[in-house]
Amino acid sequence: MKKTKFYSIHQKLGAKIVEFAGFQMPIQYSSIIAEHKAVRNSVGVFDVSHMGEFHIKGKEALKLVQYITVNDASKLFPGRVQYSAMCYEDGGIVDDLLVYMISPEEFMLVVNASNIQKDFEWIKSNNKFDVELIDQSDVYSLLAVQGPNSQKVIQKICDIDINLEYYHFTSAQIAGLEMILSRTGYTGELGYELYFKGDESAAEKIWNEVFEAGKDFNIQPVGLAARDSLRLEMGYCLYGNDIDKTTNPLEAGLGWITKMNKENFIGLDALQKVKKEGIKRKLIGIQSDDRSFPRHGYDISVNGRLIGKITSGTVSPVLEKPIALGYVSAEYSEIGSKINYVVRSKEVPAEVVKLPFVKK
Amino acid sequence: MNFPDKLKYTKDHEWILVEGKVGTIGITDYAQSELGDVVFVDIDPSLSEIKKGETFGTIEAVKTVSDLYAPCSGKVIEINKSLADSPEVVNSDPYNLGWMVKVEINDLNDLNDLLDVEAYKQLIGQ
Repeated sequence: MKKTKFYSIHQKLGAKIVEFAGFQMPIQYSSIIAEHKAVRNSVGVFDVSHMGEFHIKGKEALKLVQYITVNDASKLFPGRVQYSAMCYEDGGIVDDLLVYMISPEEFMLVVNASNIQKDFEWIKSNNKFDVELIDQSDVYSLLAVQGPNSQKVIQKICDIDINLEYYHFTSAQIAGLEMILSRTGYTGELGYELYFKGDESAAEKIWNEVFEAGKDFNIQPVGLAARDSLRLEMGYCLYGNDIDKTTNPLEAGLGWITKMNKENFIGLDALQKVKKEGIKRKLIGIQSDDRSFPRHGYDISVNGRLIGKITSGTVSPVLEKPIALGYVSAEYSEIGSKINYVVRSKEVPAEVVKLPFVKK
Repeated sequence: MNFPDKLKYTKDHEWILVEGKVGTIGITDYAQSELGDVVFVDIDPSLSEIKKGETFGTIEAVKTVSDLYAPCSGKVIEINKSLADSPEVVNSDPYNLGWMVKVEINDLNDLNDLLDVEAYKQLIGQ
C-alpha cells in the first residue's frame, strides 16, 4: 500500500484513513459536512498526491496529446490547462484528465490515481510519435487549496502576485519551494492546486505554511469523502462511478470537451457514429425532496419500469437534499422530467434538474 | 471512543439499555464513527414490533447507508421523534440523545447472546 508524503500528518491529525486506489488516504478528519462547508464558505486543503502525473516531451508532443485526447489541445498555450478525456476505439472512456501545456514541446497530463498504470500503458501503446513519456506520479505531491478565501491564503506565502484565470497555471515559489501553481480544482470554488517535488519534510513545510497562512480563515484539512460530495454538488463526473470504459463522453455530458472537428483522435469514428445515430442514454442530474438517499447502483424507474441506474448519489450538505447523477434513456433526460429512484424496493419521487446542483 | 459498561451490544453495532422489561436501543460510538455524518434515521413511524436479528430501520449517512438490527424481539413503546430534526445527535451523543427506539422486551432470554462491553471492545479491536 502506498502512502503520500503527507501520511504522517494525516495520522497526527487523527484522520480516518482508508485504502483508495492503492493509497492510504484520509477520508475524513472531523465531519464530512463540516469539511464540505469549510470549502464552500472559507478554505480547505486536500492531499490529492495520489493523482498521477505524466510528462510528455518532444517535437511531436502536441501530436500525441491530440491523438489520445478528445479535446483540442492545439488551443492550448504555455500556462493553460484543459479538461479532457481519453477514449478507446469504441468511444468508451479510458480516463478523464487535465492537460497542462508547459511549453510547445512539453505537456503534463494529470490522471486519476486508480488509472495510473492503465493510462500509462495505454498512452505508451499509442505513442507512435517522436515523444518521450515519463511517469512522474511518485515524484509529485499535490495539495488542493480550495474555497473563496484560497487566494488570500496562497498569496501570503507566494513569491509572485497571483493573478491566474480559471484553468491557468504558473510556476511560483510557495513557502520557498519551486512548484506549479494551478487555478484548478474539483470543488467548483475558487481554488488552487500545488504540484511540487520533495520529501516528507518538504511536504510538511508546505502543509504547515499553508495552515499558518490560513489560520485567520479557519482553514481546515478536508478528506476524500467531502471531496466527493463537493464534486457531486457541481455535477462533476467521477471516473469509476459516472464514467468508465462502458460510457462515452457524449452520453456523459462531456460533449463540450469532445471536439469532433479537430484532427483524428482515438475513438473519433465511434463517437461520430454515436452522434449520427443519436445519443440513446444520458447522464442526468437528479434531485428529490425525500429523505431516502440515492446511491451508486440504485435503479431509476418510471411507473415501475427500469429506465436507468444511479451512478453517484448523496445528500447535498448545502441543499440538504438528495442529489445524484445517473444514466437514463434519452427520452427521460429532459430537465423537469419526473422520475423515481428505488431505495429498498420503494420508488422515491425525484426530478431531472440542471447541473450544477449548487449554483455558484 | 466511549462504550458504557451498563449496556449490552450486538455484533452489528447496536446497543441496548435494559431497565426491567424495557429496552432502549441505539447504535454505538464505533458505528456512528464508521458511518460518518448521520443525515436521516429512517424508522417507520407506524413500527409496532421488532424481531430479534431483523432490520427495523436504516440510517442514512452522507457517504453510506446502513441497516439497523433488532437486538431482541419486542413491542415498540416509543420512537425517538427528535431524530427527524436533529439526526446529528446520533454522532454527537449516540448513547443518550441519539437513542432510536424503546421496546417492551418479549423474552429477556433474547439478551443472552448479546455482548458485554469487554466482548464488544474486542470485536472492534479496541
